[in-house]
Amino acid sequence: MSVGCRSLFFALAAGCLACATSAAAEEGDPEAGKEVFDYCSGCHEVGKGAEHGIGPHLNGLFGRQAATQVGFPYSESFKRAGTGGLEWHAETLDVFLENPTAIASGTRMSFDGLPDPQERLDLIAYLRRFSDNPRDIPEADPTIQGSDHDLDPEILALVGDPEYGEYLSGECVACHQAGGSNDGIPSIVLWPEEDFVVAMHAYKNKQRNHPVMQMVAGRLGDEEIAALAAYFGQLTEQKR
Amino acid sequence: MTLNRRTFLGTTAAAATTLAAPNVLAQGAGKPRVVVIGGGAGGATAARYIAKDSDGAIDVTLVEPTRTYFTCFFSNLYIGGFKEISDIGHTYGKLAAAGINVLHDWAVDVDRDAKTVTLAGGSTLPYDKLILSPGIDFVDGAVEGWSIEAQNAMPHAYKAGSQSELLRAQLEAMPEGGTFAMVAPPNPYRCPPGPYERVSMVAHFMKENNPTAKIIVADPKPKFSKMSLFQEGWNKHYPGMVDWIGEEFGGGNVSVDPANMTVTIDGEETQVDVCNVIPAQKAGRIAEMAGVTDGNWAPVNPADMSARADADVYVLGDSAEQGDMPKSGFAANSQAKVCANAVRGALTGSKVFPAKYSNTCWSLIATDDGVKVGATYEPTEEKIASVDSFISETGEDSALRKATYEESEGWYTGITTDMFG
Repeated sequence: MSVGCRSLFFALAAGCLACATSAAAEEGDPEAGKEVFDYCSGCHEVGKGAEHGIGPHLNGLFGRQAATQVGFPYSESFKRAGTGGLEWHAETLDVFLENPTAIASGTRMSFDGLPDPQERLDLIAYLRRFSDNPRDIPEADPTIQGSDHDLDPEILALVGDPEYGEYLSGECVACHQAGGSNDGIPSIVLWPEEDFVVAMHAYKNKQRNHPVMQMVAGRLGDEEIAALAAYFGQLTEQKR
Repeated sequence: MTLNRRTFLGTTAAAATTLAAPNVLAQGAGKPRVVVIGGGAGGATAARYIAKDSDGAIDVTLVEPTRTYFTCFFSNLYIGGFKEISDIGHTYGKLAAAGINVLHDWAVDVDRDAKTVTLAGGSTLPYDKLILSPGIDFVDGAVEGWSIEAQNAMPHAYKAGSQSELLRAQLEAMPEGGTFAMVAPPNPYRCPPGPYERVSMVAHFMKENNPTAKIIVADPKPKFSKMSLFQEGWNKHYPGMVDWIGEEFGGGNVSVDPANMTVTIDGEETQVDVCNVIPAQKAGRIAEMAGVTDGNWAPVNPADMSARADADVYVLGDSAEQGDMPKSGFAANSQAKVCANAVRGALTGSKVFPAKYSNTCWSLIATDDGVKVGATYEPTEEKIASVDSFISETGEDSALRKATYEESEGWYTGITTDMFG
């Protein structure tokens, strides 16, 4: 989806967000969530006898470290997130379901995300039924509230200055190779600009949990992140 | 490079100039000249970025005595047996191919009035901007009984290469149940976690090859970088092997006798088999000769790494006195990019962006047990100041520690590619 198209979508969606937020403050409806799960059921099984399919089964999801189920070939991106400490509970699932690439840029899950907070909340309530010990039972941590995580469309619409990005990239290529190697440290070249921006803001907002990246992204402004996305997005062989 | 309007116009302008004055351009005369002294993390990076980003508009000369440069970072991993010496050696072929004049020679003098550098080989290099990145030298008389002449008996191994190989060979030759001593340096010094990563790597080697050996560390400091992480690791992986004697127990009151292989700590003499003396440090000698040092180090302006003493001389990395950044390869590499941007702006009028600095230091404690510490920095009037930081935590699970080590290996490839092309 192009940036312009997405921005338009958000502009249209913004009008109903206010009402959606108040609804989302309540608990999700697992029965409604069962229907939302239709989006997922092509790839994921949940419930008695569920097995891994195209995606991993979702039993016992709550409280589990991401990408740790035996027998499923997780993407490198998800393995990194899991090793880095990503644990599934209502809050992380909410961020993930809204925009999967915010949590794991290289996920193989071909799903654009659920923009409606109520749908996410319902789905999370449904999935919670299949975990023995969900952390967010009513008397425990108040993690059931849905919230609006996604980026301000104005941030996504920013057009970065690749020349500034080239200067700023000096900080990145001390670790990430401009040639695109993926060993030990992931490649950051030739990403779609939007994915790059979403990932950097997820670090900046501490939704992703790598301490170096949280620190590096934490001091970058919106324009700077856009500039880096523009530069790395168009990095050609010659420039490397 | 993609062809856009700006580069297209630039190319056309250059072509027109070539037609008008082909001889001038062909000889490269009239181009601004940058001389870089020292081909490590600061110097190699600065030379590469200035050459790369100016597309030939600046004449860049890099002066580095060694043909194969061994990085100090990861040299402890060689000592521990995790890397071969060849893994940490790098040559300058790609920098030369990128148009940098690489001269393997010693810089022996700088005349800041004439703006020239004299080389041991006799030649003189004129410069418009001079970048000094000479690393460290040792303070004379810092450890009683030790001088640079004793470095074969008691190696420092704090400039990587033959000294690292010597220390490794001495470890291999240690008698069963022998004693390894380290004399640790006072602050500030190159690579704050370095001595303690080295202790970890020596302990790892001993655990595998000489498990009854002992390690004594005499330290003039009351605490050190990543202290709780290292001490946790030593207790976990090498219980009872490491005896760290800090300031409180006289660790700063040390003398050595290289002829008899003894170390005296707070009046108590110990016979040792290997002694690694890491003396107090100061800026590389050429910084002192250039007259830009004040005390042991060269004060710099936080915004662009130019020397406080001379706006046409920049000092990078270990030699610079800049504020909060540690003396590390990562820091030198970070400073080099700020400096390169400033130098290019001053010489060609290219856009100068505000300085941003960062650092991360990884250390290996044992097999697949990596830790890290890092910070971001920004210039203020008086210093480069830390704005945010993080450190690995004690008690982290082994998968995270393994990932941290793998990350450090990825970083090593990344930064050495960034330095040497």
